[in-house]
Parts: sequence; structure tokens; C-alpha cells
Amino acid sequence: MISQLSWKIGGQQGEGVESTDRIFSTALNRLGYYLYGYRHFSSRIKGGHTNNKIRISTKPHRAISDDLDILVAFDQESIDLNAHELRAGGVVVADAKFNPVLPEGVEARLFPVPITSIAEELGTSLMKNMVASGASWALLGLPLEVFNKAVEEEFGRKGPAIVEKNVEAVKRGSEFVLELAGGPLEEFRLEAADGKQKLFMIGNEAIGLGSVAAGCRLMSAYPITPASEIMEYLIKKLPKFGGTVVQTEDEIAAVTMAIGANYAGVRTMTASAGPGLSLMMEAIGLAGMTETPLVIVDTQRGGPSTGLPTKQEQSDLNAMVYGTHGEIPKVVIAPATIEDCFYDTVEAFNVSEQYQVPVIVMTDLQLSLGKQSCEPLDYESIKIERGKLVHDALELEPNELFKRYEFTEDGVSSRVLPGEKYGLHHVTGVEHDESGRPSENAVNRQKMMDKRLGKIKGLQIRDAIRVEAHHEELDLLLIGMGSTGGTIDEARARLEQDGVATGQVTIRQIHPFPTDLLAPYLERAKKVIVVENNATAQLASQIKMNAGYGNKIHHLLKYDGNPFLPLEVYTACKELN
Amino acid sequence: MATFKEFRNNVKPNWCPGCGDFSIQAAIQRAAANVGLEPENLAVISGIGCSGRISGYINAYGLHGIHGRALPIAQGVKLANRELTVIASGGDGDGFAIGMGHTVHAIRRNIDITYIVMDNQIYGLTKGQTSPRSAEGFKTKSTPEGSIESVLSPLEIALSAGATFVAQSFSSDLKQLTALIEAGLNHKGFSLINVFSPCVTFNKVNTYDWFKENIVNLSQFPDYDPTNRIAAMNKIMETNGLLTGLIYQNTARKPYEDLIAGFQPEGLARQDLKLTSDEFDKLLSEFK
Repeated sequence: MISQLSWKIGGQQGEGVESTDRIFSTALNRLGYYLYGYRHFSSRIKGGHTNNKIRISTKPHRAISDDLDILVAFDQESIDLNAHELRAGGVVVADAKFNPVLPEGVEARLFPVPITSIAEELGTSLMKNMVASGASWALLGLPLEVFNKAVEEEFGRKGPAIVEKNVEAVKRGSEFVLELAGGPLEEFRLEAADGKQKLFMIGNEAIGLGSVAAGCRLMSAYPITPASEIMEYLIKKLPKFGGTVVQTEDEIAAVTMAIGANYAGVRTMTASAGPGLSLMMEAIGLAGMTETPLVIVDTQRGGPSTGLPTKQEQSDLNAMVYGTHGEIPKVVIAPATIEDCFYDTVEAFNVSEQYQVPVIVMTDLQLSLGKQSCEPLDYESIKIERGKLVHDALELEPNELFKRYEFTEDGVSSRVLPGEKYGLHHVTGVEHDESGRPSENAVNRQKMMDKRLGKIKGLQIRDAIRVEAHHEELDLLLIGMGSTGGTIDEARARLEQDGVATGQVTIRQIHPFPTDLLAPYLERAKKVIVVENNATAQLASQIKMNAGYGNKIHHLLKYDGNPFLPLEVYTACKELN
Repeated sequence: MATFKEFRNNVKPNWCPGCGDFSIQAAIQRAAANVGLEPENLAVISGIGCSGRISGYINAYGLHGIHGRALPIAQGVKLANRELTVIASGGDGDGFAIGMGHTVHAIRRNIDITYIVMDNQIYGLTKGQTSPRSAEGFKTKSTPEGSIESVLSPLEIALSAGATFVAQSFSSDLKQLTALIEAGLNHKGFSLINVFSPCVTFNKVNTYDWFKENIVNLSQFPDYDPTNRIAAMNKIMETNGLLTGLIYQNTARKPYEDLIAGFQPEGLARQDLKLTSDEFDKLLSEFK
């Protein structure tokens, strides 16, 4: 019995890879397994190789596995491109139609199944994904009725006849492969899972869900990979709670519409990736200058320019921290887990209103799109904190304006919403006085700059850094952010097994940088390795600039478009240590 | 009920003496009072340029944003609180150059706001460069040999983009301007009101006298039907865009807010943000 297994399906984009993956993983989720998915796809709709990989386990894993146990291939290209990942003794289930062959040197077993012919016999080649997934499910020896239930849910709305045909396709695929293999493969028999069905979603859905829970009722956005799922989720949900999503003409309209709506009192978000974030920069400065709450999600992908739009990267950090001209207070939060995506989104809305600043939620493609198991989410623990939002401002003298930018101890001023009887004030991106009137007065200018920039001093979100450090002195300290956390965690466990005293810090508050929290761990470590998906060590630069310890800090960088594998992190650490 | 004086504040505009924008400011204040608004129920959202300062010169809620983006900000305000009356305002550079993309899409979207463009056919605050509204051959600092680009017709563009309210006026005609702004405020949907507002400092061609000689008031045509889109387009072309009055209005098309499924008449900003446990559980159930 094994506790984890890796399964991958590959084919041409538009061939049913996505739906096969969906049904396969839904069925596994029903049985209570933890799942962690990875989508390899290209920036086109039809054609081009695509594959989905799922890690199936009885305990949570938040990383892609180094190797592969089962590959389901719709074409020879899928074998050629992915067979090298197969571990010795791995299995390929392939469509017999294309006379599949294994590349030289690959020690795997090949099960050619007449996937297309069976599907065509049943009426349409569209069902080949059901034949293929049925075959690979059968090899695992898992209960077929659970799989059929998932099939029923997928096709139920198309009527019982369609469901029946698909169930038949699953059965035929399953029977054929079991005959070929002589029954389920014993070495792939998974230990029983806990039977508790987990939440199963992508990061973008967790962000969408988090925003609904946070009271976000408007979203203005422009479609872009890999952010669009957030707006697609909210366009389905927000109307149920009185709100809506506006698909704007561009990202500049998206962010400025969000600023207008936040100014008028509705929690409003926008989401984009690097190219959109670049377009939003001037407006983010307006939010900072006018102290208007604003939440932006940046789902990072390969840059620069159009770059690698469907691939993993973490290279917008500098843009998020330093983008916008002039100097404004800004908060950058980096969720590292699927649960973080939910809770951090709520916190982003709270922080943006409490401090009256723009907040950027930073994810990366793997965190945003990788479908994975999620621990239960607790709505009761969520509080909606709106900061100094005032509903009963005092009556003003004739011609007196409400002091929207009043100097206060913590730098945050009371805020009234348009429509309030006694709150009239002016808001401008021009430097202004306490009432919002334009002012070039030098003393006022310095005070206003200090007020705005001072607001976020000492700001600390929940788990600004997340630490695993169980030794007084650390041989190695691994630092990462975003989706690399799970990969680093796995590498750390292997290093610990080798006797290397290894610690791990995941930085979740990117800006303002949590220097005081991090410094003690840097102090305790002999060597520090900062693991990040970019070419210029942007996170490491933040650490060095804010906390120092430059002589200890080493870089582990990957910018080929793919997430780190645990083995890569482990190997690099072994070489360094 | 507030009088127009209650829409005045004590901030002295930084416009040049004689600037056309003063009358537009006065017309907005009068129209706001005439349609029965209170200052706290009006939000004026403006762009950047001389005209962009308008939001600071009206006693109401005001937001002076960034160049070219008054419209998306104003639409955000209206969606967040549809109980507010929202005026967006800015110059021809703001609305028809840097912000042209937003203008066309705001027209298509038809959210119930009133957009007043202070059109002086030149960039004033940056001290005299060409605008998309400058005529061919118009000499400015950036076109010393005269503009070689064709002049943009916002009225034709508005009609082709599906505008439901298109009007044009002249800042000297305070009576007509006030009436048109009132009509715009009362219109349910997006209203575009382009106003010729002479720049007395940098535009020595399109002066008050020039406009008086060249513009045609639609009141001269008693048979003109502002609900006829083809006639409107023809009239704009016949007059080379130099016409004033209500050019086109379509009252049949509902504003965007009325077309959003589930959108309540009460301002979204006033609605409760909490979910019930049942509502949250239902959201979670989709991920099982």
C-alpha cells in the first residue's frame, strides 16, 4: 500500500484533458484523498500539447511531485514529452489508435487501450476521455461506483442517456485495461483516505470566495490569464448578494472604477496579471494619494511584456512594491496556501479600509490555477473591519468642509461617504490640505507626506511570516513566498532526514517588509537560501535591503516557466551545504 | 430645497479671467438646484486640466482624479451608490484624447451619469498644444506648421457608439446650457453634453466671437426631432458639428443599473455586507 501517487493526463488542447482531470479528481476528492494539481497549458484554445498532473495522497502535500506513476496519453507527443518523468515501474495508458511507443530508456509499462475505437463504437469520439479515465481509475483498484457518481454529476444536466453512455465508456475502458494488466496494479494500491470530503478548488476561486465573505460587492476587471477565474467566479456569485462585476474596456478603467466605487463606500476589487498591473500604476498612486481603500489581485505569470502568459513566475514583486511614481503607502500580501488565498483576501479588504491604502494581493500562476484540497474555511472567524468610517459626522459651519485628511496620531483620518449630510469634502490627487483643497504650502506638503507614509509603519498582517525552525542553530534557512512554500517544505523534510538542521520561512507580508520578525531567524542560520521564480532575486533583494545578512544569503532561482520541484530545491541545498 | 447658492463654495477658481469654464460652473450649480438636488446627494468627478478643477469649485462631494479617467471613476461611484447624482467633467483632451476609450465605452454602457466636456479645442494647462478637437491647420506649440490630423467629432462618435443623450452648448448661452444640464441630469442613462468653452489665453482662433458667428442653435429648426438618430447624424454633419441644443435622446433604453440582474434600487453602499452561515455553506458546497 502506498500513501501517495502521481497521475498525469496529456493530449491536445481542447481534447478533453481538462474534463477528464475534473472528473477523476472529483471522484478522488469524494474518497477523501488530498489532491494537488498542476496545469501545463499554452496560450491557445485548440491544439498544442497540454497536460494536467495530480498528486494524490493521504496527507496534505502542497507541491508537485518529482516523478510520475501513471501517464494517460491521447497522443504520442504526450508520451514523448512526459515519459521521462515516469519512475521505474510507472505505467502509460495510451490510445492504441496511434500505435504508441515508449521512448528509449524509459522503464515503464505500456497499456495500449483502444480509447478512440471504444468511444466511437459508443457513438462519439468525444467520450474518449471517459474511456481513458475509466481505464486509469481501474488500474488503481478504486471503487467504480464513486467514479460513476462523478460522471453523473458532470453530465447530469445533459440527460440520463448521455450519463449512461459515459458510464458505459468508463466501464469499457476499465474492463479492457484490467484484462490487459490482469487486474488492478497492487503497487499502485493507495491506502484508504480519511473518507472526509475536502474542499477542492483553485486559488482564484478561494480569492473570489474570500472577497464575497469580506463583503466585496463590486468587481471591475479586464480578462487576463491567469486572473480571469476570479471575475468569472464573482459574476456568478455577486448578483446573489446585490452586487455585480463590470468587464471594463481595459485595466485602467478597471482600477479607476474600483477606486470610484470604494470612494463611494462599496468594497470593490480588481484582479489582473503583470501587464494589467503595469497599466494600473498611475491609478494606484491616486488611491494612495487620496487615501482611498483599494484591493488589487496580481496573479503573476511569466513576464516581461506578454512573456510566458500561461507559465509560472514570481517576477512582479518589484513592480508591486515600487510601481507608481512618487511615494505612497501600499501593502503587498502574498498568500502561500489555498487557505491563505481565502483569509488573506478578507484581510486585504480590512487593511485597505483600516489604513485607507491600496493593498495588492500577490499570487502566482501555480497558486492561482493549481486545483488543490483545502482545509475547512471558517466564516465565523471573519470580521469585517471598516476602520474610521464615520456615519454621523457633526454639522459643519457654512462653507466649512469636513476634514477628510485631518492630521491624527496614527495618520488615519475619519472617512465619510458621499451622500452623508455633514461630510462634504473634496478629494484630489493634487497635494491637499486637511479638507482636501489643493495646497502647495511647503509645511503642509511635508506633513501630508509623513501622515500618509507613516500610516503603515508597524502594520502587521496575520502570519506576516510563517516559520518552521525547530533547531536552536540552523545549518540552512530556506526562504520563499507564494506557491513555493509547499515545495520548500518537502525539500526541508528531506534535508532534515539527512541530518541537516533546516529551517523554513515563508514571507507573506512583502511590503512593508517584516524585518523585525525575520531578522532573528537570519541571525540563527549559517546559510540562507532564498528560493524564487524569477531571474533577478527580487525577494532576496528585499531581505538584504531591509534586514541585511547579505553575506549569508544565496539565491535559488528558476525562471523557465515551471514551478520548482522538491528535488530541485533539495539538490541545490545539498550542493550548497 | 437647496438654492444654487448652496452649491457655491468659497474656493476661488484658478481659471484665467474670461475663461468659458466659469459659466459652466455656474450652469452646473443652477441646474443642480433646479432639479432639486441637495449638495450631499451630488458627486462631481473630474479629470485633469484647467477644467478638471471644477470638482473643487462646487459645494458637493467631489473627486479630482487622474488625467482621462474621470468617467470610469464616476461610473464606479454611481454603481456603488445609485442614489447619488453623479456628474463627470473634464476637458476635450481629457475626454477625447487620453480618455477617449473610456468615453466610448461609458456611452455604450449607459450608466446614469452626466458627462460635461469643457471643450476649448486646445490644451490650456500645459500652455497651448493641439487637441483632438483642434481644426486641421490649427497652429499650436506642438503643431507649429498647423495640425495635420483630422479633427475629431465627439458627437458623431457618441451617436455611433449608441449614446442615449447627446447635447452641445456654448458657455456664453447660460440659459441653454443650464437647461441642457438639467435635461442631462433628468435623463435616465449616460448623457454627453459637449460645451464650447473658449480658452482666452491660448486659442486665438475659436474665440467667443468666432463661436457666435459660426454656431447654429437647433431652436432654429422647429421640425427637428431629437429622437431621430439618422436626422441627428445628418444635422451634425450638415453643421460641421457647430450646432447647439439637444441633438439626440433615446428614452427607451434602460440605464445599465436597471439591466443588472438583482441590482437593488437602494445604493449598494448602504447594504449589509454580512452573509448568513447558510449562505456561506452554500458557497462552500460547490467546492465539494
